[in-house]
Amino acid sequence: MMNLSILKSDKKNLNSLIAAGSALIFIGFIDIILSSFFSTNITAFLPNKISYLTPLLFGLFGLYLIRIEFSGNKLLDKVNTNFNSSNFNALLTLLVIFALIKYIPPLLNWFVFDANFAGNTKEDCTSGGACWVFVKVWLNRFVYGLYPDTEQWRINTAFLTLFLLVGASFFVPQKFKKYIIIFLLFVYPIIGLKLISGGDFGLKYVETGAWGGLSLTFIVSAFALILCFPIGTILALGRRSKLPAIRYTSIGFIELWRGVPLITVLFMSAVMFPMFLPDGTYVDKLIRVLIAITLFEAAYMAEVVRGGLQALPKGQYEAAKSLGMGYWKMHFLIILPQALKLVIPGIANTFLALVKDTPLIFVVGLLELAGMVNLAKTNPKWLGMAMEGYVFAGLVFWVICYVMSRYSQNLEKKLKTER
Amino acid sequence: MNFKNLKLNLSNKNKDLIPQILTVLFLILIVIYFTINAQSNMGNRGISFGFGFLSQESSFDITFSLIDYDGSHTYARAFLVGLLNTILVSAIGIFFATILGVTIGIARLSQNYLVAKSAEWYVEIFRNIPLILQIFFWYFAALRALPLTVDSINFYDISFLNVKGWYVPKFVWTNFSIFIYSIIFAFILIYFLAKYAQNQREKYGKQIPTLYISILLIIGLPLLTFLIGGVSLSFEIPELTQLSKTVFVYRGGVSIIPELISLALALSMYTATFIAENVRAGILGVSKGQKEAAASIGLTKGQILKLVVMPQALRIIIPPTTNQYLNLTKNSSLAAAIAYPDIVLVFAGTALMQTGRAIEIISITMLTYLSLSLSISVFMNWYNKKMAIKEK
Repeated sequence: MMNLSILKSDKKNLNSLIAAGSALIFIGFIDIILSSFFSTNITAFLPNKISYLTPLLFGLFGLYLIRIEFSGNKLLDKVNTNFNSSNFNALLTLLVIFALIKYIPPLLNWFVFDANFAGNTKEDCTSGGACWVFVKVWLNRFVYGLYPDTEQWRINTAFLTLFLLVGASFFVPQKFKKYIIIFLLFVYPIIGLKLISGGDFGLKYVETGAWGGLSLTFIVSAFALILCFPIGTILALGRRSKLPAIRYTSIGFIELWRGVPLITVLFMSAVMFPMFLPDGTYVDKLIRVLIAITLFEAAYMAEVVRGGLQALPKGQYEAAKSLGMGYWKMHFLIILPQALKLVIPGIANTFLALVKDTPLIFVVGLLELAGMVNLAKTNPKWLGMAMEGYVFAGLVFWVICYVMSRYSQNLEKKLKTER
Repeated sequence: MNFKNLKLNLSNKNKDLIPQILTVLFLILIVIYFTINAQSNMGNRGISFGFGFLSQESSFDITFSLIDYDGSHTYARAFLVGLLNTILVSAIGIFFATILGVTIGIARLSQNYLVAKSAEWYVEIFRNIPLILQIFFWYFAALRALPLTVDSINFYDISFLNVKGWYVPKFVWTNFSIFIYSIIFAFILIYFLAKYAQNQREKYGKQIPTLYISILLIIGLPLLTFLIGGVSLSFEIPELTQLSKTVFVYRGGVSIIPELISLALALSMYTATFIAENVRAGILGVSKGQKEAAASIGLTKGQILKLVVMPQALRIIIPPTTNQYLNLTKNSSLAAAIAYPDIVLVFAGTALMQTGRAIEIISITMLTYLSLSLSISVFMNWYNKKMAIKEK
C-alpha cells in the first residue's frame, strides 16, 4: 500500500481523491448499516466471511485515499489528525464506529424503545425489552428497604434536614458556620439515628433488620465517613509519632485492617466479635457493621492523611515549634489544616471506595440497594428480572460515584491553581 | 532564657513515657478483657480453643476443586482447596486485568479521538460501579441468559459454552515433567546469556541480540522435547452425552464453572480500570525532554522506548499496580456472594457453620490474607529501594 504513489494524495489530485475516498467510506457505512439492520449486504454474493469484511476494506481504502499531511481544508485536516493519522489508526476508527452502529441500537431498544413502563405486574411486560415495571413496583423497597410504609416520613425528614443543614452551612456567615458544622458532626448523627430507629417520643420502634435500600447505603456511608475521619487522623499522627510504643501500635493497627478484605472483617463482626463480649450482651447488627466498616476505612484514611503530613515541608513544623507551640497546638493550628487540604482528592477517593463497599453488608443480613435487588428478583412473581434490577442498581451507584469523582477532580484542579 | 521551658525539658523523658505506658496498658487490658470473655463464652458452649479440628473429617463437599477432595478429607485439606481456588481466580484475574488495563491505558493516550474517548468511558463506567454489583450482573443476569446444554454455543467443535459453564479441551500430556524441565532449563540459559551479554556490552561494547536468542531458546527447547524427549500432547475434547431423554451433559475436557467465569470477568474488568489509570500516569510521567535527549544522541525509536522511556515509566507504574493486584486478590473474597468456593466461602463459611469455631477459623482466614499482603508489601519495598533513582 505504501508504494501506490498514484493513489497518494497530494495537492494536485486532492479533489478527485477526496471524492473517491468519501464515496468509498460512504459505501462502507451503507454496507455496515445494511448488514446490521436489514441482514443483507452489498457484497452478499461473496462467501460469508469475506463479505463480513468488505465494509472495513472499503472504509480503509477510502480513508487511505483522503490521508494527506496538510490540505488547507480545516475539516479534512481535523479528520486526518484525529481519526486518520495512519493505517492502524484508520482501522481503529472504523472498528469503533462500526461497533457503535452495530451494538448501540439494540441496547437503546432494550433500554427505551422496546421497554415496558406501564402496568403493575410481570405480565404487563410483553414487548421484549427491559421490564421497568419491576423497578417501578419495587422502587419503594429499593429506597426504604423493609421500613414500614407509614413511617417512611421519618427517613425523609432525617435526610431533608441533613441536606438543609449542609446547604445552610454554605450560605450562613462564617461566625455561625462553625457551630453548624459541629452540630452536623456530633449532634445530628445521634438525632438522625434516633429519629429513624424510634422507640421514644411516641415514635414506633423500627428494628435495624427492617432498614434497607438506598437510604441504608447513605446512612452507613455517612456514619462511617464521619467516624473514620478523626480516627484515621489520630492513627496517621500516631504512625508519625516519635514514641515507639504509639508508633508500632498505629502501624500494627493500620496494616492489620489494610491487609484483610472487608468481607472477612464483616464476618468477624458477625460471628467472632460477640464471642469477645460478656455473655448475654447484645450489640445491634447495624452498630457492629458500622464499627467494622469505620475501623476498616479509618486505616485507609490514616494512610491518606499520612501522605498529606509527609508532603508538608519541614519548615512548617520548625516554624510552628519556634513559635513555642506544643505538639497538639502545632498539629491542629498549623499542620493538619494544610495537610488535609492537600489530600482532599484522596479523602474523596476513600469515600468513593466506602460507598462502593456498602453492598457488602449483605454478609450480615442487612440489605441495602444491591441486597434489595437480590431479594426482589427471587420473588416468585418477579422471576427473571435480574438484568433490570442490577442495571438499575448499577445506574444509581454509577451516578452517585461519578458525580462524586467529578466533584473531587474539580476540587483538585481548583486547589492546584491556588497554590 | 525562660526557665519554665528548661524545667519541662528536664522532665521530657517522663513526658514521653507516660502516653506510651498508657497505650500499652490499654492494649493489654483490652486483650485480657477479650480473652476472659471468650473463655467464659466458649466454656458455656462447651468448646475449647484449639486447632485440633483441622485434622478432623470435614464431611462436606466442594463443587470445584483443583486437588482431590471429598467429604472424607480433613478441614485442613478443605482450607487448602479454598486457598488454591482463591489463588486460581486471582491469577486469572491478574492476567486479564493486566492485558486489558495496559491496552486501555495506552488507548487513552491514543491520538485517535474515538479510541481515546472509548477508553475513557470504559474507565468511567466500570470504575464507578461497585464490584459486587458487577459480579452479580455477570453471574445472575448475563451468564444465566446463556443457552441450555443441548443448544450450547459451539466454538469450532472443540469448546462449548452454556448455562452450566464453559467446556474446553483438556491437555493430555505424556512425559510432562521433561517438558517442564526443558522450560526451566531454557530460563536458566537465558539468565546466563543475559549476564554474558551485559558483560560483553560493558567491557567491549559488543551488542548481542539477547531478545531473539531468548525467544529462540524458550520456544526451541520445549519443541525439541517433542522430537527427542518422548513428550507428546493430545487433546480430550468435551462430548455431548445423553443421560436420559431430556438430560444432556458434556463429558471429558475441562469444565469451567460459571461462578469462576463471572468472578474472573468482573475482577479483571474492574481492576483493569485502575491499572489503565496507572499506565497512563506512568507514560505521561516521563518528561518529553527525556525522549528528545535520547533522540538527539542518535538512539533509534525502539531503543528510546526500551532504554529510556520504559525504565522510567515502569518505575511509576509498578508500585501502584502491585497494589491493585493485592486489591484484586482481596476482592476475590467477594466470591462468597455467588458461592464460588474460595477460602472465605469454604472456610469462613461452611467450615465455620459446621464446627462453630469462630475465633480460630476467622483468625486463620485473616492471617492468610494478611501474610499475603505483608509479603507483597515487603517485596514492594525491596523493589522500590532497588529501582529508586540513585543520585550520586
